[in-house]
Amino acid sequence: MEQRVRTRSRFHIKSEYYFDYSLLFVVLFLLGFGLIMIYSTSSYEAGISAGCNYDSAYYLKKQAVSTALGLAAMFLFARVDYHKWEKFATLAYIGSIVLVLLLLTPLGITANGATRWLNLGMSLQPAEVAKLGVILFLASLVCKMGKGVRTIKGAAIIIGFAGVLFVLIYKISSNLSSAIIVLGIAVVMLFVASPDYKKFVIAGLIVVALAAAIVLYIVNQGGTGEFRGQRILAWLHPEQYSTDTAFQTLQALYAIGSGGIFGKGLGQSMQKLGFIPEAQNDMIFSVICEELGLFGAIAVILLFALLIWRCMIIANNARDLFGAMIVVGVIGHLSIQVILNVAVVTNSIPTTGISLPFISYGGSSVMFLLIEIGLVLSVARHIELKEI
Amino acid sequence: MTGGISRRNKTANRKKLVIYTVCCMLLFTALCGRVTYLMVFCSDYYTAVAQELHERERVIKAARGCIYDRNGQLLATNRSVCTVSVIHSQITDPDEVIRVLSEELGLSEEYVRRRVEKVTSIEKIKSNVSKETGDRIRNCHLNGVKVDEDYQRFYPYGDLASKVLGFTGGDNQGIIGLEVEYERYLKGTDGLILAVTDARGVEVQDAGENRREPVAGQDLYLTLDINIQSYATQLARQVMATKQAERVSIIVMNPQNGEIYAMADVPEFDLNSPFTLPEDVDTGLMTEEEKQNALNQMWRNTCISDTYEPGSTFKIITAAAGLEEGVVSLEDHFHCPGYITVEDRRIRCHKVAGHGSETFVQGIMNSCNPVFITVGLRLGVENYYRYFEQFGLLQKTGIDVPGEAGTIMHKPENMGLVELATVSFGQSFQITPIKLAATAASLVNGGKRITPHFAMYTQSADTGAQNLFANNEGEQIVSEETSATLRYLLEQVVAEGSGKNAYVEGQRVGGKTATSQTLPRGSGRYIASFLGIAPADDPQVLALVIIHNPQGVYYGGQIAAPVARVLFENILPYMEE
Repeated sequence: MEQRVRTRSRFHIKSEYYFDYSLLFVVLFLLGFGLIMIYSTSSYEAGISAGCNYDSAYYLKKQAVSTALGLAAMFLFARVDYHKWEKFATLAYIGSIVLVLLLLTPLGITANGATRWLNLGMSLQPAEVAKLGVILFLASLVCKMGKGVRTIKGAAIIIGFAGVLFVLIYKISSNLSSAIIVLGIAVVMLFVASPDYKKFVIAGLIVVALAAAIVLYIVNQGGTGEFRGQRILAWLHPEQYSTDTAFQTLQALYAIGSGGIFGKGLGQSMQKLGFIPEAQNDMIFSVICEELGLFGAIAVILLFALLIWRCMIIANNARDLFGAMIVVGVIGHLSIQVILNVAVVTNSIPTTGISLPFISYGGSSVMFLLIEIGLVLSVARHIELKEI
Repeated sequence: MTGGISRRNKTANRKKLVIYTVCCMLLFTALCGRVTYLMVFCSDYYTAVAQELHERERVIKAARGCIYDRNGQLLATNRSVCTVSVIHSQITDPDEVIRVLSEELGLSEEYVRRRVEKVTSIEKIKSNVSKETGDRIRNCHLNGVKVDEDYQRFYPYGDLASKVLGFTGGDNQGIIGLEVEYERYLKGTDGLILAVTDARGVEVQDAGENRREPVAGQDLYLTLDINIQSYATQLARQVMATKQAERVSIIVMNPQNGEIYAMADVPEFDLNSPFTLPEDVDTGLMTEEEKQNALNQMWRNTCISDTYEPGSTFKIITAAAGLEEGVVSLEDHFHCPGYITVEDRRIRCHKVAGHGSETFVQGIMNSCNPVFITVGLRLGVENYYRYFEQFGLLQKTGIDVPGEAGTIMHKPENMGLVELATVSFGQSFQITPIKLAATAASLVNGGKRITPHFAMYTQSADTGAQNLFANNEGEQIVSEETSATLRYLLEQVVAEGSGKNAYVEGQRVGGKTATSQTLPRGSGRYIASFLGIAPADDPQVLALVIIHNPQGVYYGGQIAAPVARVLFENILPYMEE
């Protein structure tokens, strides 16, 4: 034991650092693919929309700018030692809360009945910042707590901090999906940090039972007109709610179903011609299915699986707990968002607005995702190859 | 020590992260399964639903068949017109749109602005815009301005034969007249485009489309002669103006086969703007219903849809019945003291002093009521009614325009001698002008019943295939001999009798005048009419002139017969060509 520790420290001095090129390439591929799909999905609608100056590349251009900025940020974060961010962790958390609260000021931009963007020269979604903030803050918190994380109290503290953001995001920006993701990231980080199983299994069972009970309750109530209740009924019987609640879901199903095994070919989607509202956003996966078929759809899912797998390798080989927890947070973020998005688009769960990482249109989302990837790359860089 | 704890934690952490990742992979697999299920097993269903969603049926209107007169003169055709609308959400430069549209369409800027600024999905600015104007607007390439082309019925002669031809409505369907009667020939079959469209219904370029070509309607060729029709209308207008009459109808037809050369019923209306009431009608105070009634009245073809007491022109029918039954001969002598007593009623002749002693020929020349009452009484109710029926007077003529009215006649069981007497000289019952003309034509043409009609044949403009309307020879309703006698009598009326104002030099014209007081009696309202045939020995043309409520002189022989003369003077040489 002693000896191994010493050996390690000797190599430390002139060790070869690891750069995870496969992760980088998966991300770059997803970004490029995302840009192509955004152009394919949005060009028709943008070309005939006054709001886009009839520029068919309107969304592509905006997304390309965000992607370029995000890539720059990613390389910056990849170069900087991630330990430097540890002392900013609390600041990141407080900053996230402040940004969310700023939505209440005139800086908030309201669109479609929800205030989700801040006008800071360029529009910014505080919820996206909060995801990064919560990852950094909880990673640092877990390290500080040490053994404390095993206790109920420790778990309550972690969930409590995330819970504050959950409530703020949900109440202020009425963005349930982002709030769930923030909380989900915390749960995943807690799950990995804590060596306990029983608590999680029990908690998981309770959540499942509660969800089932709610669904049963709403089904038996038979449409009370309450918004979220409607969503659950629309999920179960989309064709009955085809004109309102389930409209988007149903249109997405038409797109997916009509894609078939080989798809209609890139650019050939019919459903993107205004049938799916804002197809370049949350529903972009359905157009991928329609144009590229089952093979395209599974390829995309496999890419995300590969991405998460790579992140897991990095986390498990990180030099310290802080680095590992950052990567775990990113894994939580990516996995929850991909799974929920594909599940919503395929009507496997009730509809809620969740974007597909790297592919859906959205500047803040792609920028902060790339910063997270930058952090992961930074963690990866500090893995000593000999250690593996 | 710290390092030790850290390591132990890390082993546990690693394990849990692997567990989490594996869970994620399992969920990914499940989602792949779900996607496979949707895209392989539900593919056919969703493809079909989506296809239905994307395809729009668009109707290509078939061009409506044209209407021509007997010489191939165009009476009704189609004009390409445009409808200009604005789509609020697509307008980028509202001021420019308002400027161009108000300028090109001659509308007030305020009106256009109101339409343009109204938040609707599509707002119609103006329809029936000429194609040139529509093209000019389209060439301005204004965003949000839509110019749709459509066919509009166009009648080159405006109000000529308006009540006969009829007009079409918004969907190019016939509303009155021949346009209704021959709808199924004229209409054609609309084509279809199954086009792939986006969610707004805008067609997607290069998407390919299924197309079924429209079949144009068949052209309709009429028996009308535009020259005779024009002339008859002109004459009717003249006499209406000079006699300050309420209206004037002129029917000109071929008594041999029932072809109608002209049917004027002035005042006519402009077929190109059929919903505009005459200028002297104050529409301001009218309710919608009153307005509709006024329009219906304006469109009404009184030759066909209205009945009247024919008066003395009906003596032709009484004469035919008497001659055919043999109860009277041309040399029979009658005495007219100015009246005749039937049962307890004294029925007066129009000549109060009486015509004195006269033969039957003189009786018809004088249009003597007692003579015809006597003939009627000789026939008796039963015989008279039989002939009334035999001549087809109880049925409609079957003319090929909608809205023909039936005869209003006594029931045989209610018909006493007084009723018989009045019917004998054309009173106390009502028939339509076309019924009188058709019956007279059948009686003088050798005795064969004819069906008056307007349509000769339809012809496909594409293939040239014709569809001739059968004109079956009618049954013999009176003997040739009686028919010949009738022609002689009618010629005598014009040559020396009450119809001498219809005499045309160098032509053998026959005819019968009539002057009837309209109900209620004593209102001072009269109908003056004249029924004429030419040439009298072999009638090729029959004309019926009816003047409703003329002011001043109201005798048929004085005012209707001259109209027939002028008509014959002009159309007989024309028809010989």
